[in-house]
Amino acid sequence: MTTTDRKYQYREALREAMIEEMHRDERVFLMGEEVAYYNGAYKVSQGMLDTFGPRRVIDTPISETGFSGLGIGAAMYGLRPIIEFMSWSFCLVAADQIINNAPKMLYMSGGQFGVPIVFRGNNGAGGQLGSTHSWCVESLWAHVPGLKMALPATPRDAKGLLKTAIRDPDPVFFLESERILGIGAHGDKDFSRYLHGKWAPPEVDEDSDENEDFLVPFGQADIVKSGADCTIVTAGRPLHFALEAAEQLEKEDIDCEVIDLRTYRPLDLQTVLQSVRKTNYCVVVDQSWPFASVAAEVAMQVYEHAMDDLDNKVIRVNSDDVPAPYNRRLEQEMLPNTRKIIEAVRTVTYNT
Amino acid sequence: MTTATGKKSSSSSQPRDGGRPSDQLDDQRLLELLYDMMLIRRFEERTMQSYMQQKIGGFCHIYTGQEAVAVGSIAALRPDDPVITAYRDHGHALARGMHPRYCMAEMFGKITGCAKGKGGSMHMFDRPNEMYGGHAIVGGQCPLGVGIAFAIQYQKLDRVCLCYLGDGALNQGAFHEAMNLAAIWKLPIVFALENNMYSMGTHIERGTSAAHDLSVKAAAYDMRYAECDGMDMCEVYDCFVDQVARTRPDEGDPDNSEGPVLINVVTYRYQGHSMSDPQKYRTREEVGEKQNEDPITTLSRQLMDQQRATQEQLNELDAEAKKAVLEAVKFAGDSPEPELDELYTDVYLEPYPPYRKGDLPQMVEEAEDRARDGDGRQKQD
Repeated sequence: MTTTDRKYQYREALREAMIEEMHRDERVFLMGEEVAYYNGAYKVSQGMLDTFGPRRVIDTPISETGFSGLGIGAAMYGLRPIIEFMSWSFCLVAADQIINNAPKMLYMSGGQFGVPIVFRGNNGAGGQLGSTHSWCVESLWAHVPGLKMALPATPRDAKGLLKTAIRDPDPVFFLESERILGIGAHGDKDFSRYLHGKWAPPEVDEDSDENEDFLVPFGQADIVKSGADCTIVTAGRPLHFALEAAEQLEKEDIDCEVIDLRTYRPLDLQTVLQSVRKTNYCVVVDQSWPFASVAAEVAMQVYEHAMDDLDNKVIRVNSDDVPAPYNRRLEQEMLPNTRKIIEAVRTVTYNT
Repeated sequence: MTTATGKKSSSSSQPRDGGRPSDQLDDQRLLELLYDMMLIRRFEERTMQSYMQQKIGGFCHIYTGQEAVAVGSIAALRPDDPVITAYRDHGHALARGMHPRYCMAEMFGKITGCAKGKGGSMHMFDRPNEMYGGHAIVGGQCPLGVGIAFAIQYQKLDRVCLCYLGDGALNQGAFHEAMNLAAIWKLPIVFALENNMYSMGTHIERGTSAAHDLSVKAAAYDMRYAECDGMDMCEVYDCFVDQVARTRPDEGDPDNSEGPVLINVVTYRYQGHSMSDPQKYRTREEVGEKQNEDPITTLSRQLMDQQRATQEQLNELDAEAKKAVLEAVKFAGDSPEPELDELYTDVYLEPYPPYRKGDLPQMVEEAEDRARDGDGRQKQD
């Protein structure tokens, strides 16, 4: 199976993954706010109501605690729910259900009740939405054992990881980004040349089942760009900033290796360590706040396992440690961006 | 009928005329149900003793006084109807058929416990007996119960989910969201409100609006409402048989159901909220008065008045319950602790290092063996 650079959007990948898995498994259903009659607040589930009907594509009231908990109960009873959060920012009102019940049920029941559920939706700043609607929940929730967490950055991985998530017997937190739902609409003008050849999943052949097996496994990082001088570790939307940074740094003769972790739980540390052992420098980019962040954790694990291979400290690039501002300029400054990554790489490689 | 705060109105002492569901229960069945109540009572007495002896740790909530609620309502179910409850859950687990030894061993934190010692008093799960926990955050089980009911409807099964909650949960958002979803989708769920009038130390009239008429809580969600006297097993049974039947959909036809119901079961707990409760918020007189309505005494008296059982038979039943509980305590005490490497099992069904797949609890393995031998309940799914 070959991946391609055809015009293909991230949101199409999500939709295709859900449609294929719903055809494959009667137990899978999609539930959330505006997923059915509205055709998805972000058009991810466009057309799915027509295909599957209101029994399997289900609009909810604005009631995150209620429908998150419902999904968990349904999963305990043998179904395979996909619960869409219009934004992960809204999962906070359902926190008791999603972090107390979903990831701990198996343990608390001594292995009797698993919770095969996918919570998915937009994570991170959407663009001037203010602080309550711009949550990056990865560091908050990656803290919790018992869940798995995927953050695809490309349509290829969005499709492959979502199909894996739906088939996984454990709860999966699937973090998308509003800002990348539409990229790919203009073909390869939309993304870094380092992603050429790995943008879109194999095309769906209506007459073949082959496409249905396009799965991306959890816990396997992708070396998006190989390089000799500095390792940049990231996942999700910041991958695109990291690739932009790598393109510019290439002009300064700094050859970055860019690693997309793709899942935070499980975390593919080995790929990171192999890279650091080669480049001896490491920058970790994560769009949540720096304090007790995934970036802090990855940096710490690099220290624990590859201290002797490092020729400088590890530098983290996070969102600034402030609430997300409304002002456009302030917001862009706050988020991890290309400039911050370039500066971090120059600093860590002593090229200032 | 009773009011929300348990004051009896005249209708609760109606003469039995043979027309109620409980009138159809034969002597044997009634004695079984009385035994279940005695078992819970004696079990909880030993639970308290073991707690005082520090064999049980953590938070521990005692069910004495409320036995008729779990026993009467679960008796109205079919064996394949799922049950979910809050943290005062020992009684429900036993009434649903969990062997007392696995329940006690769980509280002792032993590997032989229903959750291998990982859940404790507040997390009684029993898959073979359709018991979906024991949930420790007030109201948090309500959306889960709605999800089970959703899955029943989705699969077009003719089952009913019985979801218990305490009166404290009436003030939690999760309860209200669950009620709304159950109502708009007409889900096959029975919300059994175990109204013992105290959420920890706060009387229902101090913490809950419309405490004098909880029917308005159901009315707000366009849901059926019923009340019964939770101190009388037969009344509980009658009420639940009726309401469960109305909620139960037809196999293959989920629309043929009258939808969810909220049942206000007025009851009383004899012990404090948990084992560490000094109970400054209520008088000894109040507790004593309620103990005069004791559900076990009531059913015992009913059986003797109707010449359906002798005092001697009842004494034998009680002795049997005591014996079963002593055996459970011995089993729990003799069982081994979990090995330390159990820490890393049961975190994931498809684990990655350092996590590992766990073995099912002894209770489940035995039940599955029995099911394979055709001697017991079939495993679900």
